[in-house]
Formats: sequence, C-alpha cells, structure tokens
Amino acid sequence: MSGRIFVAMSGGVDSSLTAALLKERGEDVVGVWMRLVPKGTDANAPRCCGTDEAGEDARRAAAHVGIPFYALDYADVFGRQVVDRFVDAYASGETPNPCVSCNAHVKFEALLRDVVAKFGGARLATGHYARVTTGADGRRHLRRARDSAKDQSYALYMLGQRELRRIELPIGELRDKAETRELATRFGLPNAAKAESMDICFVPGDYRDLVRDRAPNAFVPGPVERLDGAAVGVHAGVGALTVGQRSGVGVATGERLYVLRLEPERNAAVVGTREEIVMTTYALGEVRFVADAPPATEFATTVVLRYRGTPLAARVVVHGDEAILTLDRPALVAPGQAAVFYEGDDVIGGGTVRRIAGGTAPRD
Amino acid sequence: MKRVYLDHAATTPVDPEVAEAMARVLRESHGNPSSIYAEGRAARALVDQARVEVAAAIGAEPAEIVFTSGGTEADNLALRGALKARRGDEKNGLVVSAIEHHAVLDTAHDLERHAHVRVSVVGVDGEGRVDPADVAREIDERTGLVSIMHANNEIGTIEPIGEIGPICRERGVPFHTDAVQTVGALDFDVRRIAVDLVSINAHKFYGPKGVGALYVRRGTPVATMQTGGGQEKGRRTGTENVAGIVGLGAAMRLAAARRGTESARQAKLRDRIIDGVLGGVPDAVLNGHRTERLPNNANFCIAGVEGESLIVALDLEGFAVSSGSACTSGETEPSYVILALGRDRELAKGSLRVTVGRATTEADVEAFLATLPGVVERLRSAATVTV
Repeated sequence: MSGRIFVAMSGGVDSSLTAALLKERGEDVVGVWMRLVPKGTDANAPRCCGTDEAGEDARRAAAHVGIPFYALDYADVFGRQVVDRFVDAYASGETPNPCVSCNAHVKFEALLRDVVAKFGGARLATGHYARVTTGADGRRHLRRARDSAKDQSYALYMLGQRELRRIELPIGELRDKAETRELATRFGLPNAAKAESMDICFVPGDYRDLVRDRAPNAFVPGPVERLDGAAVGVHAGVGALTVGQRSGVGVATGERLYVLRLEPERNAAVVGTREEIVMTTYALGEVRFVADAPPATEFATTVVLRYRGTPLAARVVVHGDEAILTLDRPALVAPGQAAVFYEGDDVIGGGTVRRIAGGTAPRD
Repeated sequence: MKRVYLDHAATTPVDPEVAEAMARVLRESHGNPSSIYAEGRAARALVDQARVEVAAAIGAEPAEIVFTSGGTEADNLALRGALKARRGDEKNGLVVSAIEHHAVLDTAHDLERHAHVRVSVVGVDGEGRVDPADVAREIDERTGLVSIMHANNEIGTIEPIGEIGPICRERGVPFHTDAVQTVGALDFDVRRIAVDLVSINAHKFYGPKGVGALYVRRGTPVATMQTGGGQEKGRRTGTENVAGIVGLGAAMRLAAARRGTESARQAKLRDRIIDGVLGGVPDAVLNGHRTERLPNNANFCIAGVEGESLIVALDLEGFAVSSGSACTSGETEPSYVILALGRDRELAKGSLRVTVGRATTEADVEAFLATLPGVVERLRSAATVTV
C-alpha cells in the first residue's frame, strides 16, 4: 500500500529512527507527536513521551529528518482510556498494563483513525520493536522483533487485520541495539544518545502515589490472610498491592510469602508460599486475534503473561471475546495483565486476565 | 506541492525592497547610533530616517515614535509605562475590551495582580464591536488609561476608535490603541484620530520580525520599563536594532503608498472567500462584522470540526490558514475572542481564519474554496467511518 505515511514520534530515538528510515526509503512521511498530558502539567513527569519537552525533541527530530510535523492533542482520550483505567484497575485489586491500553485506545485507535479519516494518510508507523509482515495468503502477521531483547510485540497483541494493514514497524526489522545505534548515528539524529523511557510513562515516581491521590478508598488497611483464612497481618490497601509480589505484604512470619490474590470486596489480601501457587486456569476478557478469528475454538499455544515474560505451554478455549486459559503448569498472573498467545515468533492474539478461574495441585 | 499562504494576519513575507535595505545595513553600517564619530553618525542617520518614514505614514512627528522589539513590547510599554507614569496621581484604573490581544489582556491582568491596577473589561456585541458608551461608562476619576484595539487580529472587526478617542480626551484619560493589524492596511492619521498611544509591528506589513514602534503623542507621560543607556529618550533603552528599524521604516513607507489600492483589491478577495465559504460549506457562520472588518480577514466557525484538525488537514493539502491567532495555536480550548461574541463552546472550537495578502491571487482563493468543502466533509465524517 502506498500513499502518505504518518509516524507517531515520541521524541525518543526509536520513533525518530523510524521516520528517518521511511524517509530514506522514499516514502511521503509526516511526523505527528501526541500530547498526552494537559499542557503545563509535565514538570514532574520527565520521562513521559507526551509532555512539552518530549514534543520539542520530536519537533527537532522531524526537522532533522526533513518532514512535516504536527503536535496533536490526545490528552483527553489518554486521560480517560489509560490513566483512569490504570487507577481504576489498581483500586479494584488488578494490575493494569497501561502500554496495552495506550496502544489499543490511543495510538492504534484514536490516532490511526485521525490519520486515515481526517488527514488522508494511508498508513501509520511507530517505533515499536515488532514486525508486521504479509503472508502468502495476503494476511498480515504480527511477529516478534528480530532483536528479541527489545521485542514489544506483547503490548501489540490487540491489533487485528484492519489495523495491521495500515501499520508499519520498520525498526522491528533491525538486528540488535548496535544496528539501531549505528543507524541513529549515521542519520545524525539529535536524540541518538537520549535515555530510553522506563517504567510507567505518565507516573513520575511511585505509581502508588497517583493511585492513592485519585482513589483514596483503595488505601484503607485490611487483613492479610493465608489460604486457610488465618490472619497473619495488615496491609496498607489493595491499591498498593500486586498479585505475585513478595515484599510489602506487611507480615513477618519468616516464610517467603507472595500475594496470591486480592479480594477488594472485603479488602483482603491472601498470601502464600511458592508451593501454594497452584493456579492454572484463568478467565480472559477482551480477547482479540491477529487473524480476526481464533485458529480453533480450542487450541494449544504458548502464552506470555508479562512484558518480556517466558512463553508457557497452555490451552485456550474461546467463547466469543472471552476465553479460558489453562496453563500446563501453575503460574501466578495478576488480573489486569495481558495474556498473549504466540506460535513461535508469531502473535496469535491475546486477552486481559479477568480472574483466577481455578487451580490444580502442582504436578511436581 | 504548490503552497498557498493565507495567514497574513500571523505574519507577512518580507518585501524584497525591505530585505535589500536591511541587508545593506548589515553589510555596510556597523556603527552604534550613540557613537559620536562617523560610523555612529551614519547609523544614527539611518535610525532617524526610519523614524521620519514611520511618523509620516501615520501623520505623527518623528519625535513621537519610540522603536520597540515589536507589537507585544509596544503594548507592554503603553500599558505599563502610562500607568507607571500616573502612579503619583493615583490614576490606577485601566479600561480594556474583552477581545484585546494577549499582549494587552495578559499585561492588564498582570498589572492587576502585581501593581494594584484596577482593570475594567468592556464586552463586545455579537459582531465583535465595542460600544463607545460602554467605555464611557467605565471611565471614572481614577482611570489612568483606556486601551481598545483598532481591529481585532482574529475576527477582523474594526473598532470605533474614532468615537472612543474623543470620549477619553474629554475625560482627560490617555487612549491607547493596538493598531498592529491596521496601520499597514488602513489610513491611519493621528491628526484626525484622538489617540495618544499606538502600537505598530513591522512583520504585519511585509517588514521584519522583532521590530515595532509605539507612537506616543507629545505630552503623554510614559515611564520606561527598562533602565540602561537611555536610548529612545529614555523610554526604551538599549542599543537600537538598526537593520530592523530600517526595515520597519521601509515597510511602513511602502505600505502607506500601497494601502489604498491594495486594500481595495484584498477586500474583493476577502468578500469572495466569505461568500464562497458561507455558500459552499454547510453550517459555516461568519465571525466578526460583515463590512466593518479588516480588508484581508475572513473568519468562520464551522460546526462539527475542530480547528486544529482543520488546520492540519488543510496544510497537508497545501494551504496555510489558522484557527484563532498564531499566538494561541496549539491550544484546543476555543478562542476567547470567539467566545466573547456569544458563540457556544462547541461551535467556537471550529474556528477558521483566512487572511489574504499582497501575493494572494484570485486563483489562490478559488483553489482554497475548491478544497475546503471536501476537507470539512471528511473531518465531519471521520468519527463515524470505519478505517
């Protein structure tokens, strides 16, 4: 597909390099930067790609590459679909993945729609490390980046054929970090040496401060219990806890205890030892498939349960946009996280972990 | 792609004659106008000549022209300088309109917060006109300055400064007008208009950016805002921007010579744009007065579109236009000027300003009118189509 290609520029080196590569390829490239936080509120969010300072970096990079550039305001949709969801999820005992919501609702929904419907663009490129290829059947495939150390395909699982036909991720083709740096140097990108963004882009320090500020009810102390109901301590609030975490549970029994689940309706945290992790079955919601349909209503796959996590063998049973995920071996996953299905390097699809649906005794 | 520039209210291209005059100064005249020797005298002569040219264009005496770094500084000097000069008389009242440029409005609010100035804001009617009777009502024995712009930079409405001036004079209150949008386009003669302070900005009439002037009627007290070597009779100290001032003088002279015929030509293009947009784009309304408006300004609200998207989409089609003023672009909040007209917030978000200039042709205008309806239609349907 030809026509004008828009590049979502964050101000960082990856998206700047994306623009430079497309321009060098002879494409008709337009740079856009998304304002994600309201103007003038960025003093405490130095890492966020949606602040004025990042916008200035993006503007300089676009000028260097020699492409038109626009700063567009998406603070409203980002606030509703990413920040509010993030706070709500923590407040209800879940562990959200804001990158997934940003990709699903902001970059590849709101921005992609504007690029195509408003500005007459044919395609949208981003600086994500993943690959989009076209198969012999004409279908688009989403694959891991060639540089597996930088792979970000996990956070893109929600993309279907409709989006993937319009998406290009050129830097997913790069071999490794050295090639990225070499290219950035060759293009003389002004931000080649800029530090990579880390953590949660819109939270300057500890995310709990944001959740506490916005959802104080999630910071009411409550009981910490073992699986048998025995009270072993007090926690500071479910908003401060994440399923699977070890420290900070507020108990001192000498054992290594992990948060097994959170029960916000009675403000309780249930903890247990590694041996007590027996959960194998999870209910998934908002299930999407790259091919727009599952390979079968029931299929075997490998599933990744956290960003850069290890693929685990599992079976999936699909019911509409919900699914039951059964792991071959127990593993702890926090509700709110994405479960992403892979076939080798190909992303098949995925969904959001809604709740723990059951467990079996460990087999070894 | 051929570019069509229709944002002359934001800035204008420098006239080649102006650019040449400035380049000559930069190449050949390095002296400091304050120096006694030949190089200094040569530079001083250039500044003096420009002062004569600017004064002549508005019917002023050369001594009544103070060079500044542009319109914003001229507005600041007028408001801060005039009120500072009257502080001993306890004249701390300032009357402004609701649709003044930020350089006036924000300065007024800054003075209110930090200099105990009492600010009265006069509203406008649905076409952006200030009622002189409202201004008269706001003036009292403590009023130290009235500042009402000559024409609004966004909606183009020309204010009745010819009626407001005499009211101020009768009450003994100095009258400032921001004429940044008008002196290059309309006849402006301080011998016929009862105005005491006038802001001028070179880049609005084919001169360079970064240079302007404040006309200060003889006898109008204006205290300096900055201290230093005492240039510009102490009212605006700092070594003169000689090349810029020469550019301002040349641009002012050329504008004064051309504004009669050129404004009539541009008004025809403006009217074609107004008729073409109102006739060709459903649910578009004109902002500002139909006839009492700048000869180069057309401003609309287009229902169901956001100004920012419209500007981006038109830029990608090759047209440079704006939403609101260049000084407020990048904001998604609707323009305070449009809101002051009584428009609702949603409609106000879809504002579009089209301003023609010397290089604008009928073909440019027709190309714009041929493109706009399709772009508006696309933006309106964007929320509902499947991409």
